[in-house]
Amino acid sequence: MDKNKRKAYIINTISIISLYLVFFILIQTKVMNKYFMGIAIMTCIMIIMAMSLNIVAGFLGEMALGHAGFMAIGAYSSAYFSIALMDTGFPLPNIIVLILAMLVGGMVTGIMGFLIGTPTLRLRGDYLGIVTIGFSEIIRIFFINFEPTGGAAGLKGITKLVNFNNVYWITIVIIILMFTFGRSKQGRAIISIREDEIASEAAGIPTTRYKVLAFTVSSFFAGIGGALYAHYQAFVEPSKFGFMFSIEMFVIVVLGGLGSLTGSIVAAIVLTVLPEMLRGFAEYRLLVYSLALIVMMIFRPQGMLGRSEFSLTKFIDSLILRKDIKNSIDGGETR
Amino acid sequence: MDLFLQQLINGLNVGSIYALIAIGYTMVYGIIKLINFAHGEIMMFGAYFAFIFATSFGMPIWAVILVPMIIMALAGVAVEFIAYRPLRDAPRLSALITAIGVSLFLQNLALLIFKADPKVMPKLFPETIINLGGVEISSTTLVTIGLSLFFMVLLDLYIRKTKQGRAVRAVSEDKDAAILMGINVDRTISLTFAMGSALGALGGILYSVAYVQVFPTMGVMPGLKAFIAAVLGGIGIIPGAMLGGFIIGMVETMTKAYLSTTWADAIVYIILILVLLFKPTGILGKNTREKV
Repeated sequence: MDKNKRKAYIINTISIISLYLVFFILIQTKVMNKYFMGIAIMTCIMIIMAMSLNIVAGFLGEMALGHAGFMAIGAYSSAYFSIALMDTGFPLPNIIVLILAMLVGGMVTGIMGFLIGTPTLRLRGDYLGIVTIGFSEIIRIFFINFEPTGGAAGLKGITKLVNFNNVYWITIVIIILMFTFGRSKQGRAIISIREDEIASEAAGIPTTRYKVLAFTVSSFFAGIGGALYAHYQAFVEPSKFGFMFSIEMFVIVVLGGLGSLTGSIVAAIVLTVLPEMLRGFAEYRLLVYSLALIVMMIFRPQGMLGRSEFSLTKFIDSLILRKDIKNSIDGGETR
Repeated sequence: MDLFLQQLINGLNVGSIYALIAIGYTMVYGIIKLINFAHGEIMMFGAYFAFIFATSFGMPIWAVILVPMIIMALAGVAVEFIAYRPLRDAPRLSALITAIGVSLFLQNLALLIFKADPKVMPKLFPETIINLGGVEISSTTLVTIGLSLFFMVLLDLYIRKTKQGRAVRAVSEDKDAAILMGINVDRTISLTFAMGSALGALGGILYSVAYVQVFPTMGVMPGLKAFIAAVLGGIGIIPGAMLGGFIIGMVETMTKAYLSTTWADAIVYIILILVLLFKPTGILGKNTREKV
């Protein structure tokens, strides 16, 4: 392992742990009450959703407007599984049940993503966008009419398994997995398809296979996000996963910067916390939110971070470097 | 058979409204490649203005329909000028997000001004039932279909026969070449927005008359359906939008009548997906070959 890499690992590990400690202290001292904890948990779930959408929208560069549908599949399948598992009365610790439910939700959604993606990825741009909306709406209408999962009234009786502690670490693991995927051979192949499909095909990349792969991985993580959501709310209903929710997630991805995972994280935090902070304005809340959206896009159309990733290591380096330059300039002047 | 004919006419009724709204989507898309998400809100405001003019001002019918169309045409131009023009050279998805922002903004503005409770839209047209050999058609349905067809034909003539119409077609085909030919692209785009928004407002008024309600989020579902109609017919192609609108309206009415009310929307989407899988650029769309 080379020196820079080791340095990056150490810095990131320290910051992850210290961020956790900050939250831990805030929770222990009751500064962070249940309301703030709820926002923090929702933020973590939205981070997972936005990052997973970014694989298709940012890395692959295709317009996918049906992410809520995948989240619904993950939420319902995992909740159905965990209820059935709890009913057997088999003594399993909560965290194991949660992880199993997450994996089931992710797998089912991943398989659905594969089945939907294989025929539809022949389409391009807006046509693909509208077809993903279509699938997402079909999924929602299916759950409204599907009685075993409670129909339109929703699925009740899910055990609340998610709390801030476990969702924090799950999110960290998923962030690491996404970054690894983005830098892997497959991830780079997907990015090359975005840059130029014909050129990458000429370079021997099986484009269709990688497109479907991106779609499947994206829906797998969306399913995990849905599973977390179901086990946090302890209740899922089809009306939550409408068209507007897909749009909301898409807005996060574009605002953060298409193809920038750190951008998705930052935007997910901002766009989940901002509406909560505006609660004081009550009826003007969404008005301000939509205006902020328009203004932000006019002045920064490429999103907050564009395509680049924010790196803590580089940030610290640049701080030190700036000091060095400043020192040398200062030194030069005094001498 | 009578029931079928009845449903056929209902389908035409809904379809003509979808077609009107779909034209606005397709024209804007054709000229600046933007899905104008705010179009549904334009139709909603059009319906609200008609509601106000009909109830509070007691204007004659033609004014109740025409004045909101003109106001919304201006509003459409204003939206383009403020929100979309600065982003014309930006990545397409950024402009899309702005459109979503405008849509949310207008929706919440309506919520603030008119409050969330639905208002009852008065009957604009004198209500008589015409009996045609066992098929009952209400005058509202006839007027809806008639008005929509009239304005569609008018638009078609305008686009095909006039100089400005030719400019619109030229800009949507090749913007840069149009500039070289001395066409004022900015003005042409404004004109497109004006025409699309006016037709959208008309669609909104007819929609609210058909469903007797006006409320702030009324533009979302018909907007989405109309957009689907535009894609189904081949987005950017005006006759395609009309065709798509009628198909979506017909399919929706027929499934509601013969299959299931709860699955009607799902069946519309399934048909859309099937059509696009076999004809990826829509029914009337041309296949473009990709060049290296």
